[in-house]
Amino acid sequence: MHDDNEYKIEAKSDNVSDVGTFESVTTTDIDYLPPKEIPDQDLYHSHSWWTTYVFSQDAKYIGIQYAFTAIGTGLLGLILSWLMRMQIAFPGLGLLEPAAYYQFVTMHGMIMVVYLLTALFLGGFGNLLIPLMCGSRDMAFPYVNMLSYWMFLIAVIVLLASFFVPGGPTGAGWTLYPPQAITAGTAGSNAGITLMLISLVLFVAGFTMGGLNYIVTTLQYRTQGMTLMRLPLTVWGIFIATVLAMFAFPALLVGCIMMTLDNVLGTSFFMPTIISMGEKLGTEGGSPILFQHLFWFFGHPEVYIVALPAFGIVSDLISIHSRKTIFGYRMMVWAIVGIGALSFFVWAHHMYVSGMSPWFGYFFATTTLIIAVPTAIKVYNWILTLWKGNIQLTLPMLFALAFVVTFVNGGLTGIFLGNVTVDVPLSDTYFVVAHFHMVMGIAPILVIFGAIYHWFPLITGRMLDEGMGRIHFWVTFIGSYLIYFPMHYQGFVGVPRRYFEIYDSPYMSVSGLSLNAFITVAALIVGATQLLFLYNLIFSARAGKKAEKNPWKANSLEWLTPEMPPGHGNFGKELPKVYRWAYDFGVPGAKEDYIPQTTPPSAVVGSKVEKS
Amino acid sequence: MLALIFAHVLVLIAVGSVIFHFWSPWWWTEVASNWGGMDDTILLTFWITGVVFVAICFFMAYCVWKFRYQKNRRSDYNPENKKLEFHLTWITAVGVAALLAPGLIVWNDYVTVPKNAIKIEVLAYQWDWKYRLPGEDGILGKTDINLVNDENPFGIIQGDKNGMDDLLVDDNELHLQINKPVKFELRSLDVLHNFYVPQFRGKMDIVPGMITYYWIEPIRTGDFEILCAEYCGTGHYAMRGRVFVDEKNDYDNWMAKQITFEKFLAKNSKEKIKTIKLAKN
Repeated sequence: MHDDNEYKIEAKSDNVSDVGTFESVTTTDIDYLPPKEIPDQDLYHSHSWWTTYVFSQDAKYIGIQYAFTAIGTGLLGLILSWLMRMQIAFPGLGLLEPAAYYQFVTMHGMIMVVYLLTALFLGGFGNLLIPLMCGSRDMAFPYVNMLSYWMFLIAVIVLLASFFVPGGPTGAGWTLYPPQAITAGTAGSNAGITLMLISLVLFVAGFTMGGLNYIVTTLQYRTQGMTLMRLPLTVWGIFIATVLAMFAFPALLVGCIMMTLDNVLGTSFFMPTIISMGEKLGTEGGSPILFQHLFWFFGHPEVYIVALPAFGIVSDLISIHSRKTIFGYRMMVWAIVGIGALSFFVWAHHMYVSGMSPWFGYFFATTTLIIAVPTAIKVYNWILTLWKGNIQLTLPMLFALAFVVTFVNGGLTGIFLGNVTVDVPLSDTYFVVAHFHMVMGIAPILVIFGAIYHWFPLITGRMLDEGMGRIHFWVTFIGSYLIYFPMHYQGFVGVPRRYFEIYDSPYMSVSGLSLNAFITVAALIVGATQLLFLYNLIFSARAGKKAEKNPWKANSLEWLTPEMPPGHGNFGKELPKVYRWAYDFGVPGAKEDYIPQTTPPSAVVGSKVEKS
Repeated sequence: MLALIFAHVLVLIAVGSVIFHFWSPWWWTEVASNWGGMDDTILLTFWITGVVFVAICFFMAYCVWKFRYQKNRRSDYNPENKKLEFHLTWITAVGVAALLAPGLIVWNDYVTVPKNAIKIEVLAYQWDWKYRLPGEDGILGKTDINLVNDENPFGIIQGDKNGMDDLLVDDNELHLQINKPVKFELRSLDVLHNFYVPQFRGKMDIVPGMITYYWIEPIRTGDFEILCAEYCGTGHYAMRGRVFVDEKNDYDNWMAKQITFEKFLAKNSKEKIKTIKLAKN
């Protein structure tokens, strides 16, 4: 990879080549590609309905299986959030008991972060797009890839099973901090938490199987001519996110295993001597903070495991729908890599007031604010791509732009919380809730919507309905901003998060109840609009407008398959050859305003093209 | 048309957010401790990040409108601009450093406890608070969680001389004296908690098995609510207490009413004898 980049940079130095350079060379010479290094894949061909649609080894199907399971679980998360919000805003209704409220908070958080976002971005979009965009026939290890999905499904089933065990699911908060998670004062401190931990262990195991596929496929199975620096940023985002996951998930795994042992066998990894509800437990000498370190060593990269694919996808959406080359591609790639690397050095900014040595605060505040620099560069490059573009406000583009606004807002509040002093008054308040929902809830979800509107024709051959899509867009974008922007101010007032009931306490000079009611009503409306979106998915898959081939006039390989939706093996008889990056839009001298990656230089001789 | 609407919405979001910021009634409480510096850091962060947010929204609104799709137009071909990228990078780095530096200075104060701070132990448990103040020696006696029981709710080691004169506040109401720095020594019997008074700004988790701390200096009198700010189980939301910041006289009066550990033990044994007698009768 390193050598490859070196080579690229050298090639870049002579910058834009014009026609003159090529005068003496023959056509075959300019179209030269280095020979293939890896033989064509031996594909598994299914023979029955079961092996085609259920136990499928085709990455495209596995991606869709992942997506359905993730979205289904996410719907449950959405319903749980409605119930929680109803309870906070209208406590008079007596909708929930405190224990149930905390169980819903916990399950909502865990489902949304792990079982929806992670699974959908990597399992869903990763499986669908990596082979297609790299120009390969399938993932490197299709059988393991299939197992990955089934492992994920079992993890989801175990998670859902915890609703039906005595004591119900765990109510420990999604961070599952011990000792509280496994002591009597918390709901589901026996069976509930055990099932949650087992489910996470299964998820990590399944995810590792998928993740190896994404990494190996990206590194080994790119088609002829597809250098790393010609990959669409979507693949870069998913690839680096997967690398992060491979390093981060083991920390979660050991944390889960150790806590299971504490809970089931009475070990003391995380348990000091404590008196729980007047009764002394037999534990001794463990450290609750150790769990927090393990959890956040996973938990912070996890934020970027979700964010990097979103960054990648949104870069592609903005470039394609602005009909303009992404601005600063190489900077974008290095920013993704840099953010990924830095994300392993910032975890304890979640723990400024955890009781760890306060001297850590200096280090983690500094690293955290450093990460703001590459992140800001990405934002600049997105908006500079708009500059002098030819912007089509298609549905994917609307969602992509909404993402930028939401992400900038959520990212900037991250600078508040990352700066250790500012974090002291704001930590554990609604400011934090508002911040992370904005930056890693709404922002990635907006990208997911944009991506679904963008790639739906690739999956089904039909377009999603524009009218329903517009309603979905406006309500989701404006509505979620109205939910989370005011919520920051509850945090300034000092309202702590995870309060079953807030009361009109003396510290609130103005009642927080009216604001809570407003936020809840907005959340109900935004949530209901997602049902319209689901209806649109089902309706359009059956009766939507037929999509033309390459409906957005994009350059990347997934649109250049012989059939749409692509068939088994993706590319027909011969794999495509790649002569350029995916961002040749509006190239001066070219006939069309886009040049697909498979177009050889000899076919566009008159155009000025960035050597990539 | 859509471009026009979208551009306006972007402007509206930026302007609306600024209006909400300045004119909504929800804002922080008047600070009651020496940590006004935290508020100042927040305000500084506000100005810098606020300007960035508004600028980005406006820029996007302009682009969406100005460069809206036209069939016969081509976008500008400009894949890279090293100079621009370089300038943006260092400007961002400077902005970030400008936010970080004052933050670290205030943090340094926060973690450096003044020598004259009065030590007060906050004992948290599911789901209430107790407090312990040092006696005239100014030193809190050593404790051991294994000794905690009804007769010795703090688990004070009885052999430790410093502990016998400690004042025990077996109640969730605490009093502090104005303008006297205090160091809260935080202990938990069971799970994580966090001793938080919105008006004081300070915060620190309370971790079983160790003593954490932070310090404040109250700067105005009043009656404030104590909230638990680290999720601690089903009763978390109800784990509240009160703290009063008093002038010296009121504070001394309150102190005079508190009993020492020694008296507490004596009282307990008397009560025990009483109950035994009652039982015999």
